[in-house]
Amino acid sequence: MEFFTISMLNGLSYGLLLFMLSSGLTLIFSMMGVLNFAHTSFYMLGAYFAYSISSVIGFWPALVIAPLVVAVLGALFERHCLRRVHKFGHVPELLVTFGLSYLILELVRLVWGNATVPYGLPEQLQGPLFSLYGTQFPKSRSFIMLVALLMLLSIWLLLTRTRIGLVIQAALTHPETVEALGHNVPRVFMLVFGGGAALAALAGVIGGNTYVTEPAMAGAVGSIVFVVVVVGGMGSLAGAFLASLLIGVLQTFAVAIDQSLATLLSAIGVAVTDQTIGHELLQLSVAQVAPILPYLLLVLILIFRPRGLLGKREG
Amino acid sequence: MTTTATATPARPMIAGRALIWIGFAALLVILPLLFRSSLALTMLSQMGYLVIICLSYNMLLGQGGMLSFGHAVYTGMGAFIAVHAMNLATKGTIPLPLVVVPLVGGAAGMFFAALLGYVTTKKSGTTFAMITLGIGELVAAMSLMFPSFFGGEGGVTTNRTYGHPFLGLTFGSQLQVYYLIATYCFISTGLMYAFTGTPLGRMLNAVRDNPERVEFVGYNTQWVRYISFVIAGFFAGIGGALAAINFEIVNASDSLSAVRSGGYLLFTFLGGATFFFGPIIGAVLLVFASVMLSELTKAWLLYLGLAFLLMVMFAPGGIASLIMMNLRVAKFGKLGRLLGVYVMLALASAVLFLGIAAVIEMVYHLQLSDSLGATVHFLGFSFDAKSPTSWMAAAAVTAVGAVLFTLARRRFARRWSDVQGEIEAMLAQEAGA
Repeated sequence: MEFFTISMLNGLSYGLLLFMLSSGLTLIFSMMGVLNFAHTSFYMLGAYFAYSISSVIGFWPALVIAPLVVAVLGALFERHCLRRVHKFGHVPELLVTFGLSYLILELVRLVWGNATVPYGLPEQLQGPLFSLYGTQFPKSRSFIMLVALLMLLSIWLLLTRTRIGLVIQAALTHPETVEALGHNVPRVFMLVFGGGAALAALAGVIGGNTYVTEPAMAGAVGSIVFVVVVVGGMGSLAGAFLASLLIGVLQTFAVAIDQSLATLLSAIGVAVTDQTIGHELLQLSVAQVAPILPYLLLVLILIFRPRGLLGKREG
Repeated sequence: MTTTATATPARPMIAGRALIWIGFAALLVILPLLFRSSLALTMLSQMGYLVIICLSYNMLLGQGGMLSFGHAVYTGMGAFIAVHAMNLATKGTIPLPLVVVPLVGGAAGMFFAALLGYVTTKKSGTTFAMITLGIGELVAAMSLMFPSFFGGEGGVTTNRTYGHPFLGLTFGSQLQVYYLIATYCFISTGLMYAFTGTPLGRMLNAVRDNPERVEFVGYNTQWVRYISFVIAGFFAGIGGALAAINFEIVNASDSLSAVRSGGYLLFTFLGGATFFFGPIIGAVLLVFASVMLSELTKAWLLYLGLAFLLMVMFAPGGIASLIMMNLRVAKFGKLGRLLGVYVMLALASAVLFLGIAAVIEMVYHLQLSDSLGATVHFLGFSFDAKSPTSWMAAAAVTAVGAVLFTLARRRFARRWSDVQGEIEAMLAQEAGA
């Protein structure tokens, strides 16, 4: 029970962090049809900017400033690079963001070096929030959950209750009509791209000090976020939410389980030795398999439900 | 001049093509005789198999519009199976001369493409790209779980000089290996070119351009993508096996990695995905970049990323399209008029590049090799990365370069569109007459 609760909470906080990333990606994708390959690079930039800013003026201002800086960078990129290749089609758009991710990685290495930077938690977030059956749950993880839920709420309010949100929603499905009504759709695109980048950066600010801040962080979480988006259903925000939690919980539980098929077999009386056929496979513990579980889920989803959990049926 | 060109269209085309292929074969044979150093031979061998790999990648990207982030899976699996086949043949378990090992690798690549491609080709476009990325990560992560097959951190080694000599060839020397690679390179290139002309190759282009209409005509787009994916996997496997023969070692953390897949994508695109021969240029560039550029500067990945970004934004057809555009201008005898602006553009961009590169090199130097002292050596220049003078000089050069470049670019753009307009006018006149 203790193991279950703590793992569940850890899994949920990781899943919510994934959702902060996948929500921006999904918004950009459903709006502009662009798969932003550099999305997790913005996440990394957020963490690094927050590290630099917080060493000067503290963590709390950095929590606000770093995402804003990244939002401006994202908007500039959209305005000057992405818009230029828009006329060539979706594959060049993906390629230009791929190039950007390459470039950001090199620039981060250039500015902050190859090693992990000591981006620590602020005092207020250190230590446990509460302990349950003797195991402590850290404040930083609950802070991630809090920020993610607040963000979810504010996106929802922004999209459904405000004027700009309605314009964004309309531009999703009927860009020409919205343009004909006098709205500047390219500017809306730019804002959405910048906003998505800011969301990723926000995730970086709070994820960077809870986990690690290093040049490899973008690549490590990048492919998982793509899996989340495909599993949830391309362009579905609710699907991304569900898939983020699912994958977060799945991975956290798997890492903690040190059982394998061999232990299961020996429990029912079949001994697995080094001579058994396929012993390598049988002796793999669940924890060892954990890194590939999201991808296995991806394959299974694609075989049995190609449109994703909550995605719309497509062509 | 125009009458002869238009009156007999078919025959000169065939003769020209034959000439190109004979030239290609001759080039493959002659190159190692011209460049005899062992470095040159190593590079040529690498180019040989990378040409196959990049062409097979372009079968997906250029001809099928499928942006794959997991091509290294098929080259890597081809390489692993090839290495294990060679090791088994060395033990005498299976009779397998070295010359057919690439085919074994090809079969392996094909098998894995058939297995994994069933899932990946279910979707096209952006979703396809994400799925290939996921599958690539899946295979890369799995390779760490089965150290007995993938050799763990150290990889799997082999020895290519096993068994009886084949026609007197032992493949001990690099030159013999080069000719093995070159032979496969020529045949594979020919086969892949032939593929573009088959009904399937044509259908693949149609699926890329307008999948909806293809469905209406009665074809299954997923099936077309799947078969092409499997064929591309076959050639990727051949390339991977040749790489394994060349190096006699395969390492999972390198040859199956997403970085490797990204490299294939980057250089295939730089070479030019819209023309058949583009990836060949890309493969040559890949070797030059990874062997020579990485020697020249530590920041080579940064320059590469910049070059890629600029290429996507300004010349999405890659180097091949730039060549073809200029050939078109030359065909109409107007290249001379562009020569002046080209020289201006080249000089201006050289100044701009020099300024930017100096800044990049100094930052890199301060960040990564501070212990070596403050002096940066770059392109024959030496400057002190810690003195403000060199920073100001670099900034000034950059600024001057930027101004010159903007001016030159404007003039070039004007002249270029003038020339294009004249060519269009000539074509219209010809069509009218």
